[in-house]
Amino acid sequence: MMPHVLTRSLDRSASIFLLVVAALGVLIPLSNLLLPSGSIFQVPTYLVALFGKYVCYAVLALSIDLIWGYCGILSLGHGAFFALGGYAMGMYLMRQIGSRGVYGNPILPDFMVFLNYPKLPWYWHGFDMFWFAALMVLVVPGLLAFCFGWLAFRSRVTGVYLSIITQAMTYALLLAFFRNDFGFGGNNGLTDFKDILGFNVQADGTRAALFLLSCLALIIAFLICRAVVTSKLGKVLIAVRDAESRTRFLGYRVESYKLFVFTLSACMAGVAGALYVPQVGIINPGEFAPGNSIEAVIWVAVGGRGTLIGAALGAIVVNYAKTYFTSGPLAPYWLFMLGALFILVTLLLPKGLIGTFNEWWEPYKARRLSDAAESAAREDGVSEPNPAE
Amino acid sequence: MNIMDTRATSALLYLDGVHVSFDGFHAINNLSLTLAPGEMRAIIGPNGAGKTTMMDIITGKTKPDQGTVLFDGVTDLTRLDETRIAELGIGRKFQKPTVFESQTIEDNLLLALNVDHSVKGTLFWRETRPETERIERVLETIRLKDARNRLAGSLSHGQKQWLEIGMLLAQDPKLLLVDEPVAGMTDVETHQTAELLKEINKDKTIMVVEHDMTFVRELGVKVTCLHEGTVLAEGTIDQVSSNDRVVEVYLGR
Ligand SMILES: Nc1ncnc2c1ncn2[C@@H]1O[C@H](COP(=O)(O)OP(=O)(O)O)[C@@H](O)[C@H]1O
Ligand SMILES: [Mg+2]
Repeated sequence: MMPHVLTRSLDRSASIFLLVVAALGVLIPLSNLLLPSGSIFQVPTYLVALFGKYVCYAVLALSIDLIWGYCGILSLGHGAFFALGGYAMGMYLMRQIGSRGVYGNPILPDFMVFLNYPKLPWYWHGFDMFWFAALMVLVVPGLLAFCFGWLAFRSRVTGVYLSIITQAMTYALLLAFFRNDFGFGGNNGLTDFKDILGFNVQADGTRAALFLLSCLALIIAFLICRAVVTSKLGKVLIAVRDAESRTRFLGYRVESYKLFVFTLSACMAGVAGALYVPQVGIINPGEFAPGNSIEAVIWVAVGGRGTLIGAALGAIVVNYAKTYFTSGPLAPYWLFMLGALFILVTLLLPKGLIGTFNEWWEPYKARRLSDAAESAAREDGVSEPNPAE
Repeated sequence: MNIMDTRATSALLYLDGVHVSFDGFHAINNLSLTLAPGEMRAIIGPNGAGKTTMMDIITGKTKPDQGTVLFDGVTDLTRLDETRIAELGIGRKFQKPTVFESQTIEDNLLLALNVDHSVKGTLFWRETRPETERIERVLETIRLKDARNRLAGSLSHGQKQWLEIGMLLAQDPKLLLVDEPVAGMTDVETHQTAELLKEINKDKTIMVVEHDMTFVRELGVKVTCLHEGTVLAEGTIDQVSSNDRVVEVYLGR
């Protein structure tokens, strides 16, 4: 099964993309660890962490593009799945602190001691084991997406209504996680992590490894997305996107397809969040802010909806711009710039950067191919049935 | 009573006393109609007569307020959704040609094939010879073989109509509901479409809605005229077109 899926899903641009991600995933950590600091080729540790964050965002963007670009589901709440994955990882990291916390309690994280928790809430059990936390990174967002999607898709909620309820979902979670008695550190979230799998989270080596893992996650997520969209299932998704009711009349159970791809996408977003948290060192309810989810959709729109590569690049380019502008004198205007960027892209490049590039490149490539074919067989071209108009 | 029962069980499609209203507007009024297995029926009637709405009811898009809709004598279609009804073997061509515009003609046909439609089945789908051959035959029938790799959105209106008929062929249903198939076609294409439907009718039951009387005449089948959601007249084309009421509301002026 696997080989034919791979050959089908890897065209030239997909292969180039994977090679570049793999190369950066190896070279950036190596340069950080092996070259003397101060060398112009040495990537400083803070940049490794910053790039790692971008790569996690790229995975989130891929997960959004899979459902929006290919199935027409515009989720404005995907940040919630990302944050849930992040919280699952954060809980593991909290439990790893053990008695090294300010209050020295071997079981309870500091915020619980401070809030007078008598014992560990039941839902914190198991998170001292990495495998369990890693499983929850997939299960919690996946389960939420499954339940949410089951209700929404079965009742045929689509379009802007669906987008609005996804916003409501992430907003509800934002409010819940803000509460101190919800058991996730309230306003402050989870932070002051010490180590992950026994390695110091602050150490250069750990950061380099996390960066490499993030690139690996991007590669795997990309391969999964490609395998899905190049399969016959991918054609059904596009059919649902373009003419949902027509697809039903052909005998496809549209809600099952939506549910499958929505749940898969939420799991991917969860993994992105889980890799993000140890690299930024904190997870707090702010990650559930509706604005975050909208921003992620803008990355995809800028890069090119329905192109996968565009979504990943969009996430990196827009976030690089964000880092650049929000650290300078233009910081107060960043949101206006982001808004303007979105409007400009929507008006001038509705297919995004990669989509526009493809549009320009494809005819050129096709012409080269057909020129070759035509000189090979020069008989009378197409004999179409007489077109009506 | 007995007569009704045998009519219901021997018919492939049986509609009886069907009512549908949209916000108080009675689009379908006490509509009763039966299609025998293997029959081809032409449906005519003025715009707004409820022809498309009748197809919506049969395919599960619209739920009737009242009445019986039976398929194959036993299956109550009013309880099923579109997917289930399609799986039972009822295929539909829409009034406004509806194809998957951003996909190739070949992929449109591939999607229409009546094979495993489950998520798992499509995820792990692999091309097989019988499927490829079926697509090949359909492409030949609808004369779009040389355009197979073109995007469906780039086709002319008439070609889209043919592609949608091709999708019906790929779907291989027992009953075909064909809504205004020759709109936007030249005379030659209209003639070819009539020939094609007659060919398909050799082993399938067909209900075809059409305004083009030359086309209906060419089909040479039993005609039902609908008006204000109910059957106005039924019979051969000559009987129906000489009916005073039909002339008054539809053909006349
Ligand atoms: N979903 C709907 N909501 C409201 N009115 C509708 C709906 N569908 C059809 N109608 C009305 O029902 C009537 C019958 O429409 P239709 O079945 O499309 O007619 P035909 O196909 O015979 O031209 C029309 O007056 C149309 O406006
Ligand atoms: Mg109509």
